[in-house]
Amino acid sequence: MKAELDEQTLLKGLANNDSKVVEALYQAHFNMIQHFVVNNNGSFDDARDVFQEAMMALYEKVQTNSLVLTCQIKTYLFSICKHLWLKRLQQMGKYSSPLSTQEETVSVEDDLGIFEKQEANYTMMNNALNSLGEPCKGLLEGYYIHKKGMQELAQEFGYTNADNAKNQKYKCLMRLKKIFFAQYNMGDK
Amino acid sequence: MEDIKLLETIDRYLAGEMSAEEHDLFETIRKNTPSIDQMVKEHEMFLLQMDQYAAKRNFAKLTEKTFQHLLAAGEWTLDNVAPSKVKIIQLWNKYKKVTAIAASVGGLIALTTSAFIMYFSPSLNGNQLLQLSKDIEVIKKNQQVQGHLLNEVKSKVPENATLLSGGSGFLIDPKGYIITNAHVLKGNGAIVINNMGQELHANIIYTDKNIDLALLKIEDKDFDAPNTIPFTIRKKMSDLGEEIFTLGYPRNDNDIVYGKGYLSAQKGYAGDSSSYQIQISANPGSSGAPLFNDKGELIGIISTREKLAVGVTFAIKSNKIIDLIASAKENEAPTDIKLKVTKVEHIAINRKVQINSLKPYIFSVRSFN
Repeated sequence: MKAELDEQTLLKGLANNDSKVVEALYQAHFNMIQHFVVNNNGSFDDARDVFQEAMMALYEKVQTNSLVLTCQIKTYLFSICKHLWLKRLQQMGKYSSPLSTQEETVSVEDDLGIFEKQEANYTMMNNALNSLGEPCKGLLEGYYIHKKGMQELAQEFGYTNADNAKNQKYKCLMRLKKIFFAQYNMGDK
Repeated sequence: MEDIKLLETIDRYLAGEMSAEEHDLFETIRKNTPSIDQMVKEHEMFLLQMDQYAAKRNFAKLTEKTFQHLLAAGEWTLDNVAPSKVKIIQLWNKYKKVTAIAASVGGLIALTTSAFIMYFSPSLNGNQLLQLSKDIEVIKKNQQVQGHLLNEVKSKVPENATLLSGGSGFLIDPKGYIITNAHVLKGNGAIVINNMGQELHANIIYTDKNIDLALLKIEDKDFDAPNTIPFTIRKKMSDLGEEIFTLGYPRNDNDIVYGKGYLSAQKGYAGDSSSYQIQISANPGSSGAPLFNDKGELIGIISTREKLAVGVTFAIKSNKIIDLIASAKENEAPTDIKLKVTKVEHIAINRKVQINSLKPYIFSVRSFN
């Protein structure tokens, strides 16, 4: 009962971007993944990438799916990592025999499907932002990513007042939307 | 102009910033104008995408930071790092560099000895100070010697360019901004070389000869931009006797060299309040190298060495970087630089780990005409 409660607390903390929870999850589970990846044709860096992706997948799951997880966090993370790493090995043409593992796993295909779609959306937004150039990119990132106020942004980017910065922000936003939707609609057909 | 107004209105509508009357009015318009309704839906969807993007990006950053933090704290051993990828890249970069030099340096004249020829700064401090830049004398590029054999490995220094000076530099913004000494850049062009031996094009963005600092930006498709800078810039004055260390490229072979010492005076040469006096072994080529305290904060930039007293070195205080960026911005140089200034005091961490995490951010700088 106690353990279950702790898992719920962790998931809740994760949903709220609690850095202590992220740290606790890294401390508790990264070694397992590192061990698994390194023993299966991978490097420390590969393990880092795969684990980060699994953390992202878990994060997105708790964001969208309230806080329902049908298994332990450990099992979930491991299952995602195993899938991702398997896929990467196949892409590299390295995959030969089934991966050695004694860890319990659960089916994560559905979640990974959703995750991949979200990844694609992320990449689209990222590309759109990156093709903007400055000061548009910095201005929009400041507003939407770093949640800065117009006053602060006006200062940072050297606009005479918040209204000017806001006006500029909308001009940039129009450009961003145009680029984003050009990609988005292309991906739809 | 009209479009912007409309977008702003939709934005306010979706954010719930409208008054009740305005809201009702807008709802009516929306109901009667399909094109407006369409725009609202589109914008709503876009904002949702942006929201998810922002959350994801911020979370990715959080995981990256947590990982780096735990790594630096020695949570995981790197012993079982598979050497394959890293090593090969490193070897290739080294090899590339060596062959590039072999290809281009047919007419190279006495690099090693001339690097130590003393250069007396005429402007800054009279003849008292030896600037620590490597005055690489007349290195003529002669690509033809090696001919077509080594065509595929070209140095990024243009053909026929003359290397004029060199030193060290370090990244202060993941977008590729590098700080070095102004006197390290005697030419109009520059390249930087990372600790893996990879050469990268850099543009000289801004120099301030008075404070002897310069800003470069890496402009190279091969540049693998990091996510973040692993150190912060100290704004406050550092204490006398504080233990310090530096990493730079004092030699000609692009091997990064570590040196440690202590802060011996809070003012520099002849009472210069913009620099520190430090006790550290600094060699030519250390100019522009970063100076860290044991918490890993950037406290200065190694600059000049008193001619006679060996071991006495001066370092420009780190808050001058903030001044440099401010005046660069005033002079219409790019405004997208973000400095990471120390906000909370760090704790000292294992030096070897520290050095390993800092190494990729420190570059050898070469300037040519």
